[in-house]
Amino acid sequence: MSLDKNMLSKLAVGDKHGEDSPYFEGWKAYDNNPFHPEHNPQGVIQMGLAENQLCSDLIKEWIKANPQASICTAEGIDGFSDIAVFQDYHGLKQFRQAIAAFMERARGGRVRFEEERVVMSGGATGANETLMFCLADRGDAFLVPTPYYAAFDRDLSWRTGVRIIPVECNSSNNFQVTRQALESAYLDAQETGIKIKGLILANPSNPLGTSLDRETLRTLMDFINDKQIHLVCDEIYAATVFAEPGFVSVAEMIQEMDHVNRDLIHIVYSLSKDMGLPGFRVGVVYSYNDAVVTCARRMSSFGLVSSQTQSFLAAMLSDQSFVDNFLKEVSKRVAKRHLMFTEGLKEMGVSCLRSNAGLFVLMDLRQMLKDQTFESEMALWRIIIDKVKINISPGSSFHCSEPGWFRVCFANMDEDTLQIALQRMKSFVLRDRENKNCNNKKRKSFQENLKLSFSSMTYDEHVRTPRLMSPHSPLVRT
Amino acid sequence: MKQLSTKVTSNGHGQDSSYFLGWEEYEKNPYDEIKNPNGMIQMGLAENQLCFDLIESWLAKNPDAASLKRNGQSIFKELALFQDYHGMPEFKKAMAEFMEEIRGNRVTFNPKKIVLAAGSTSANETLMFCLAEPGDAFLLPTPYYPGFDRDLKWRTGAEIVPIHCSSSNGFQITESALQQAYQQAHKLGLKVKGVLVTNPSNPLGTALTRRELNLLVDFITSKNIHLISDEIYSGTMFGFEQFISVMDVLKDKKLENTDVSKRVHVVYSLSKDLGLPGFRVGAIYSNDDMIVSAATKMSSFGLVSSQTQYLLSALLSDKKFTSQYLEENQKRLKSRQKRLVSGLESAGITCLRSNAGLFCWVDMRHLLDTNTFEAELDLWKKIVYNVKLNISPGSSCHCTEPGWFRVCFANMSEDTLDLALKRLKTFVESTDCGRMISRSSHERLKSLRKKTVSNWVFRVSWSDRVPDER
Repeated sequence: MSLDKNMLSKLAVGDKHGEDSPYFEGWKAYDNNPFHPEHNPQGVIQMGLAENQLCSDLIKEWIKANPQASICTAEGIDGFSDIAVFQDYHGLKQFRQAIAAFMERARGGRVRFEEERVVMSGGATGANETLMFCLADRGDAFLVPTPYYAAFDRDLSWRTGVRIIPVECNSSNNFQVTRQALESAYLDAQETGIKIKGLILANPSNPLGTSLDRETLRTLMDFINDKQIHLVCDEIYAATVFAEPGFVSVAEMIQEMDHVNRDLIHIVYSLSKDMGLPGFRVGVVYSYNDAVVTCARRMSSFGLVSSQTQSFLAAMLSDQSFVDNFLKEVSKRVAKRHLMFTEGLKEMGVSCLRSNAGLFVLMDLRQMLKDQTFESEMALWRIIIDKVKINISPGSSFHCSEPGWFRVCFANMDEDTLQIALQRMKSFVLRDRENKNCNNKKRKSFQENLKLSFSSMTYDEHVRTPRLMSPHSPLVRT
Repeated sequence: MKQLSTKVTSNGHGQDSSYFLGWEEYEKNPYDEIKNPNGMIQMGLAENQLCFDLIESWLAKNPDAASLKRNGQSIFKELALFQDYHGMPEFKKAMAEFMEEIRGNRVTFNPKKIVLAAGSTSANETLMFCLAEPGDAFLLPTPYYPGFDRDLKWRTGAEIVPIHCSSSNGFQITESALQQAYQQAHKLGLKVKGVLVTNPSNPLGTALTRRELNLLVDFITSKNIHLISDEIYSGTMFGFEQFISVMDVLKDKKLENTDVSKRVHVVYSLSKDLGLPGFRVGAIYSNDDMIVSAATKMSSFGLVSSQTQYLLSALLSDKKFTSQYLEENQKRLKSRQKRLVSGLESAGITCLRSNAGLFCWVDMRHLLDTNTFEAELDLWKKIVYNVKLNISPGSSCHCTEPGWFRVCFANMSEDTLDLALKRLKTFVESTDCGRMISRSSHERLKSLRKKTVSNWVFRVSWSDRVPDER
C-alpha cells in the first residue's frame, strides 16, 4: 500500500531509473531458477553479470598473510578507533596514495596520478553521477557512443536531469566511434537547442569489450578540445585488457597532447571489475580540473568509502609485489577465459566482436534473427532465457543501433559452468541450423519448432544454496 | 568556469561559512597531550569516542566476524561480490532490532522497510530526492545541524524554511512557530512538502518532548505533508527520561497502518550511537512502499560496504553486547556531560539542560559585547584564536539569538576536557564581564539549582558530521 503519487517527487514515482526495462526479465528468470552444479544443474546460468571472479584466490591469500590489514583482527585492532571515527572526505592519505599507485601500475607505469586528485565515490555508479552534477546543469546533455552500459541512463540522468545524446556506432567498423558521428550528433543537438556539456564513454568499452587505440583517442580529444566540452573516461575495466593494442588511458594521451585543455579531462575508476570487489563500493573520480576536484570531494560526502575498507585496501594496494602479480594474473586469466569462450563459440559457428578487454564478449546472433528487428532480437532473447536457460543481455538494452548483438559474460563463473553454458548454446545453435535447413522455403519462427532436450525444472526455493547471494539489483554495474 | 555546473560555482555546499576558520585553525595546530599541549582543542566535532573499548573487546572475542569468516570458513569472495542494493538481510534485521532496543522494544521495525545509505548524510539527501521537487520546501526548527543546508538542498534543489525556536522556552517547538513557518513558505511561493526534525536535537542536546511530537504529528496530519525524524542520536539519551521516538507517538495515537504513518519517515545511522562515522552506515525507515522502492534504487549511489555490513550484522546481532553497550554508553555520556556542565558552571557559564547528544548548547550571551551576531563572531574568534578551543557558533546553526555555542564533550579524553574547561575559565575571568559575572553567577547558580525547572542553555558549535574542509 502506498501514498498518493502526488505526495512523492517525480523522481520517486517515475521510471527514469530505467529498471523497468524488459531486460530485467532475464534477471528474474535467473533469480527464480539459479543454476547450481549440484543442487540445480538445470537452472539458468547467469551470463548477464559482468563480475570478475577469476582472481579472488590471490586476494584471499594476501588477506591470510596480512592479518594486520584488518582493523578487526588482533594484529590490526590498535588501529580500530582511529579508523572507525575517520570520516574526512579527503579519505585516508595512505588509501589515496595506494589507489593512485594502483592506477599507475594498471597503466604500466606510463602515467603519474597525484593522490590529491583522487576523490572517493560510491562505486563508479556514484562517480559518474557526481561528475554529471559537477559538469552539467539540469537539461544539459552529454554525448554517449552506443552501445553503452545500460545503467548510464540511471547514473548520468536520473537525479541529475542531464540528458544523454547517443552517438550511433555500428558494426561496419566494429562499433568504433568516428569524428563524423560525433560531429553529426553534436550538430543535431545544437539545432534543437540542446546544450552539450561533454562526451562520456567507457574505455575499455562495456559492452564491446574493446579498448580504444591511440588514433581514436586522439580524435576524441581533438573533438572535445575543439568544442571546449568535457571528456569523461570511465576506465573501470582498465586492468582487464589482455591483447593489442593494450590499454591506452586518456591520462597517457594528455601527456602527448599538450594543446588539449586539461580542465576538460576527467577519469572515473573503480575496483569493482579489475579487482572483483563490487561489494566494497570503491569508486574514484580523478579530475584534472581543480574546481571539479573540490566540488566532487564535497559531494563525496554522499558516498564515501567505508574507512574499514579504505584501511584494508591501503595496505593491500601498497604491496607493490602483490599488485604487480595481481595485475599480471588478471590479464592472463581474463585472456584464458576469453579464448575458451570465443573458441567454444567459434566451433559452433557463432562469432563475436573481436575484443581485447572486459569480462564479456559481444556475440553476433544476427543470423539467428527471424528478421533484422528488435522485436526479433527480444524474441530470440526470450528463447535463450526460457529454453536454453542462459541469462545474456540483448544489445537493445545497451542502446545498440543494430539488432542481433548480445553481451555474454564469462568471468563470473567457474570453468565447468562455462563449458555447460557452451554446451547448451551449441545444442541450441545446431538445432536452429537444422530447423532452418528443414524449412528452406518457408521460415517458421523458432518458438514453434524449437524443441530442446532440457526438461523444464520447477524452481524450488530450498534448492538454492544458502551461500548463493544473487544480486537482485540488475542495474548494479552489470 | 561557465563550463562547469552551477553546483560547482555556487556555494550551496555551505562550506564557505566562517565556521571553517575554526576547523582550519584546529588542523594547523591540533592539541596533543605530549607533542602539542598548547594546541587547539577540538570541541566542534560531535563524535562519540567513549566506548571503543567495548567494541574492541567484542572483536577480540569474535574472530569470525573480525576476519570475514562464517563458521570458520572464509566468506571473503561472497562479501567481495555482494552489491545487492537491498542490503544484507541479516544486517537489516540486526539494524531493525537494534533500533527497537533503543526504543525499549515498544515499537517494531520491519527490516524490509529499511533502506541502507552511506551515512545519514546520504539518507537525508535521498529522502529529499524522493519527497521534494526542486523548489519545494521542508520546515526545520532552528537551531539545526548546519550540514542540512548541504544535505537537503544542494543537489536536490529543495529549500529549507526555518521554524523559529527561542530560548524563552528552551528552544521547544510551538504551534505558532510551526504555523508561522508554514505561512512564511507560502509567502515565498514555496510548496511545503514536510517537516524535518532531529530527535534528539543537534545542536540542542535535548530530546523532543511528547507534547512536541504530538504537535508535529497533528501538524503534518492537518497539512497532509511528510515528517522526517532524524533519530541519529537516539542511542545517546542519558537523561532520566526515556527516548520517545515519533514511532512511539504513531503507536500511541493509533496511527499505525494509516496514511499518516506512510508520511512519517525515520533516518538513522551508527555514526553517533556506536561512534563509527567512518563506516558510513545510514538508514531510511519508511512505511511507504514507493518510497522504500525509490530510495532503494537511489542507494546504488551510496551502498554500505559489504565487509562493513557483515561485521556490524554480527556485532548488532549479539544482544548481550548491544544491551551492555547501550547501558554503558549512556552512563559514560552522562558522566561526561556532567563534567562539562559543572566545569562551565565554575566559569559562570550555563547551558540548556540537556538529556542526550554528544554536546551541550552553551549560553555565552553574557560574554557578548552587544547582542548581535557580529559580537558572537568576535567572541568566537577570541575563543578559537586566544583560548584555542574550536567550538561552534550558534549562527552557523541558524540560531535566531546570538550568543549560543555548541560545545562537544565526547570526542576527547577526560583530561583534555578538563584542560579545555580550565582554559575557558581563565579566559572568562580575564574579561571584565567575566569577572563580574563569575562572582554574581556563583550566587545565581546556587539558587538556580534549587529550582525544579532549570533553563540553562549551552551553546554548541556545529559541524559534527560535516567533514573537515581542509
